[in-house]
Amino acid sequence: MALLDIQNLTVEFETATGWFKAVDGVSLSVDEGEVLAIVGESGSGKSVSMLAVMGLLPWTAKITADRMLFQGRDIRALSDGERRKLIGKDMAMIFQEPIASLNPCFTVGFQIEEVLRIHMGMGKKERRARAIELFTQVGLPNPAERLNHFPHQMSGGQCQRVMIAIAIACNPKLLIADEPTTALDVTIQKQILDLLMSLQAEHGMGLIMITHDMGVVAETADRVIVQYKGRKMEEADVLSLFEAPKNAYTRALLSALPENATGERLSTVSDFMTADELAGGTR
Amino acid sequence: MTATENNAVPMLEIRNIKQDYHVPQGLFKPEKVVHAVKGVSFKLDAGKTLAIVGESGCGKSTLARILTFIDQPTAGELLIEGKPVDTRPGHLSAEMRRKVQIVFQNPYGSLNPRQKIGDVLGEPLAINTKMSAAERRERATEMLVKVGLGPEHYNRYPHMFSGGQRQRIAIARALMLNPKLLVLDEPVSALDLSVQAQVLNLLADLQEEFGLTYVFISHDLSVVKYIADEVMVMYYGEAVEYGSREAVFEAPSHAYTRTLFAATPRADVESIRARIARKKANA
Repeated sequence: MALLDIQNLTVEFETATGWFKAVDGVSLSVDEGEVLAIVGESGSGKSVSMLAVMGLLPWTAKITADRMLFQGRDIRALSDGERRKLIGKDMAMIFQEPIASLNPCFTVGFQIEEVLRIHMGMGKKERRARAIELFTQVGLPNPAERLNHFPHQMSGGQCQRVMIAIAIACNPKLLIADEPTTALDVTIQKQILDLLMSLQAEHGMGLIMITHDMGVVAETADRVIVQYKGRKMEEADVLSLFEAPKNAYTRALLSALPENATGERLSTVSDFMTADELAGGTR
Repeated sequence: MTATENNAVPMLEIRNIKQDYHVPQGLFKPEKVVHAVKGVSFKLDAGKTLAIVGESGCGKSTLARILTFIDQPTAGELLIEGKPVDTRPGHLSAEMRRKVQIVFQNPYGSLNPRQKIGDVLGEPLAINTKMSAAERRERATEMLVKVGLGPEHYNRYPHMFSGGQRQRIAIARALMLNPKLLVLDEPVSALDLSVQAQVLNLLADLQEEFGLTYVFISHDLSVVKYIADEVMVMYYGEAVEYGSREAVFEAPSHAYTRTLFAATPRADVESIRARIARKKANA
């Protein structure tokens, strides 16, 4: 049984000109211990589909799906209380802006202990010990001292490590990382990706990596889904996607990489897709 | 100036440029001095592209501000076409200001939301030249076509454009006064991959058409490898590596450059194969 199983997910928002489909009939599944990358440009609906899974979309969004199962349970049928017990414990998410996703008014120690208190029901001493253990695990220097720091006292890379520590605090079955390294420098990006991959292998988590960076996909994923304008363009294992991309849009993305440049000019999407395909995002 | 002189005299030369910032630490504490740029020198010939690479905080944007006369350096000389430039406020000639222009990283922040695109492009002409309104309009329309937009965009506001289109507008604005040197401060890092390819192609076309000299600031090595003739790597305010593109990419001499190369994600099939093999061996 797949850890997360989604069939035909559609997310719509009402706009002045009618309903806008941000996600249009996307199906995906992740097994335990698997790394799935969802790759696409801005507006491809890659974040929105995962926010729908986490239940983080505003009530104005219309979410429809044939199936939305996490560990065999229907996510849509959960009551608010049940959902709160699940999210942050078995299913956790890391966001793009590490500094913005931490609360500036509380110490990072308070913020990580809050998770442990609510989901694991740990006592004060136990929480502190576990928080130090987690900070050590994500490679933060002086973990005990670090607990008393506020987010503004740390760099972006350190904040992202704290976010990862909070996300893995309850040993989640599924971790969703939404552009976890986009705001970071390339050497820090390498450290964070290495950390995520080692944690994923250690705990056997399912990991969904949302990214626009083909390099990150190549370095992390087992399987890849390419999205464009809310639709799934291609799904393949990582090697066959890079070796022999089937879809025109995937080929366009790969050849737009500067390192794949042949000759003087970079190819752009319009070299591979007709105007109709660009507008509609058809297969 | 004749063509031969042009070849002999570098377009831009800086000698031992330093920039210190004094940061107040409180009422009774001594000021802290931050050495943002610690003595950087380079020469850049007309029509060439120098890429400055480094991570956040390495002083590359400070250098961009010095090159465009926004900030005055603490020490050092700045020569444009062999002539020293007096960068003290009030001493800079209008002609010098016209020769050097800048394109900023974030096209959402660098355009006034209440200004029509036609006015954005016409403003440099209105301030620096005695052109009539009709002439200005004609020049602005021409420039819109040159950067791949159309005359119909003249009366639109920035919010009506996508990120890539806005960056084209920012480039068009920088080119209105026929500059010789264009400083591009991370011009494509906020853009999607396929749009990035289009903007890089545009920059290459414009360089050829107008004989522009580029100082291209970036943190993305794959982009740098594609666009640069010469590369300078900065680390904590120092230029740790400087040379032709081939020399820097094939035989990096400084340890930091090697770290940077090693941290850059690789999207080629061989590296993916190697990674999958490693993962299988560990499992």
